[in-house]
Amino acid sequence: MWRDALLVAGKDLRIEARSRVGLWQVLPFAFLVLILLAFAIGPDDAPLRHAAPGIFWIAVLFSTVLAIQRSVAIESGEGTRDGLRLSGIDPAGIFLGKAASIGLQLAVLQIVLWAGVTFLFDVRVHVVWLAITASVLATVGLSCAGVLYGALSAGLSVRDTLLPLLVLPVLAPVLLAGTKAWQAALAGNASAGTEWLRLLIPFSLIYLVVGIVLYGPLQESA
Amino acid sequence: MAPVVQFRAAVALAGRFPALAGVDLSLETGEVVVVVGANGAGKTSLLRACAGLLAVTSGQADVLGVDLTQDHTAVRRHVGLLGHAAPLYDELNAAENVRFAVRALGLGAGAGDAALERLGLVGRLRTTPVGRLSAGQRRRVALAALIARRPALWLLDEPHAGLDATARTLLAEVIGEAVADGATVLLSSHEPELSIPLSDRVATMAGGRITAQSAGGRSRTVHPRPALATVLDPTAAPAADSVATKGTMGAWHVA
Amino acid sequence: MSATLAPQSSSTESVRTSTPRWLSVIGILGVIAMAFTVWLGLWITPPDVTQGNLARLLYIHPPIATVALYWAGGVAALASLLYLWPRTRSFFWDRLAASAVEVGAVFSALTLVTGSLWGRPAWGTWWTWDARLTSTALLLLLEIGYMALRRVPAEPAIRARRCAVAALLVAIDVPIVHFSVNWWNTLHQGGTFLDPGFKLHAHGSMLWTFLLGFIAFTLIFVWLLGMRYRIEVLQDHVGDQELEVTLAERWHEGDELAPVGAGPVGVDSDDGGAA
Repeated sequence: MWRDALLVAGKDLRIEARSRVGLWQVLPFAFLVLILLAFAIGPDDAPLRHAAPGIFWIAVLFSTVLAIQRSVAIESGEGTRDGLRLSGIDPAGIFLGKAASIGLQLAVLQIVLWAGVTFLFDVRVHVVWLAITASVLATVGLSCAGVLYGALSAGLSVRDTLLPLLVLPVLAPVLLAGTKAWQAALAGNASAGTEWLRLLIPFSLIYLVVGIVLYGPLQESA
Repeated sequence: MAPVVQFRAAVALAGRFPALAGVDLSLETGEVVVVVGANGAGKTSLLRACAGLLAVTSGQADVLGVDLTQDHTAVRRHVGLLGHAAPLYDELNAAENVRFAVRALGLGAGAGDAALERLGLVGRLRTTPVGRLSAGQRRRVALAALIARRPALWLLDEPHAGLDATARTLLAEVIGEAVADGATVLLSSHEPELSIPLSDRVATMAGGRITAQSAGGRSRTVHPRPALATVLDPTAAPAADSVATKGTMGAWHVA
Repeated sequence: MSATLAPQSSSTESVRTSTPRWLSVIGILGVIAMAFTVWLGLWITPPDVTQGNLARLLYIHPPIATVALYWAGGVAALASLLYLWPRTRSFFWDRLAASAVEVGAVFSALTLVTGSLWGRPAWGTWWTWDARLTSTALLLLLEIGYMALRRVPAEPAIRARRCAVAALLVAIDVPIVHFSVNWWNTLHQGGTFLDPGFKLHAHGSMLWTFLLGFIAFTLIFVWLLGMRYRIEVLQDHVGDQELEVTLAERWHEGDELAPVGAGPVGVDSDDGGAA
């Protein structure tokens, strides 16, 4: 299963690297969300600084939806979808590989995006380990839930509109917990933030396990 | 010896539509069978059912010893399907696509190189992203991926479509080599003049069923070529002296 | 050519088109219980000490919320599990799960409406980001997502499996959403004001009305579930009859060896639902 996961992750990442969609489309989109939300929340610095973590995580969430769409689109041709099923790769391995690929892309996105938020909203992280841990956990959860819901809507012609509707409510707890954790990290209040890690850990674990178990049957339902 | 493919009254649904409406077909090891029929007859569905992609809902369907009505996923890694759409990733080149297909089975990466060479996919053809190749070249890459995995059952859906003359000859040679090695081939075709000479048997399909079977054109230097229009009772076992079934007893000619 | 199997006649036993007796009985009992609840709730019981007449909403709001979350969600999750489990797989569970989610969505929406009705006089706003309301809103969205997924056309078995997985994912997500929203709210404000206070123990008649409300809505839920289930069955029955016709047509297509273009439109290059 792990070998298969590495194989699939490598394939997905190589394709992503060649097509450069992540770089030229998803990343700019994330920044666009930042700026639009800044417009919505107002020109005053104080509310923006207060809302910065939330803005960051909203941008990450929307970018996650795009990343999921991309990951599913790799096998959008009928040939590749059949090919993957015929390949003999363990479905759990496919799940882990795709989740790893999305996760890596999200990690890079978050690093760049956070630099942008620091710059645009004039904020600084005081409890770095908290912020990083929260991000890592959240990324695992986002990737796993994302691949699952991507598989749920794969092959459907309405996938583009259905996927956000299905997956965003599920990802909402990550938005909540991530925002709170980062707020605490910005304020230097480590203990308040760790509370929220206690939400992110089971979330990620649950979707990791559920994905490994349910991806196979889901693949057959495409 | 158990047949490689054994279908009896097999029914497969695509949505509400009965793609296969009671198929009776059996293939022995080393046979090459061509399926002909009009569009919509169910040829592609038959191939997909044999590959374990289309669930058989009733009747009997055994492929390579696996009962498809119970678990149709188990047979997939042992078959090679060449469908209409090539299972290729456009951003990767031929070598990478074949390598992925090969490593998926746990084989070493080098297993694909021989296949790529055999099909003439060298130099520029090997290193260009597949999305930029022509349709015929993509077909060749897909064929290379299939060969590299060395499946026991080949399922080819209109393999001649989009191939130029050189590629067609290559295909014929490659099929011959595979069969000599013990593979079994089931292919569908709209071009009888190309496919019948390759085959031991011709099955006609219509309305989701096999409606007729006749001898193929695979000639052997030892035995005389059998009459083309012999209609066989599909439920009876093939008689020993009728259609050429197993093995290559001699040179294999393209008529 | 020896005859192969003739088109199998699928089960054309007549599907009953009238409501089963036990379901009607439940419906009637539910209406009666509801009538009593209304009567007791609006007239007989005294107004609450602190909240006045507003507390009367307590007789219906928590029961509706309980039905939406626990009864509907529980049935949907359990039925989905039973469908996915090979030994108990049957379309009965698939239809039951789908019906439960739809009825649950109705109850979720009602929860939001009644909660909002409470909030307006009490707090002056139609909506508040209270923990229960917020997580119910998310639950409603999850249920709508499921319903959207179910309406995507597909082979029955494929759709059933896909929806069963989706329902399970929703069920897993509900407690997560619940906890996270609760934390979100309580860590900052301190308790939801819509928490049904257990000061009811003070007045006997209020307690009885409260229980009656639960019973009434549970009965109504079961009745709605049954009716929705029957609609699913009837819809599938119509689909099966259409399938028989198509099967027979396809069969005859083979007999006539019709030329290209005749018969049902089936291109052999893509048959849509790959299993």
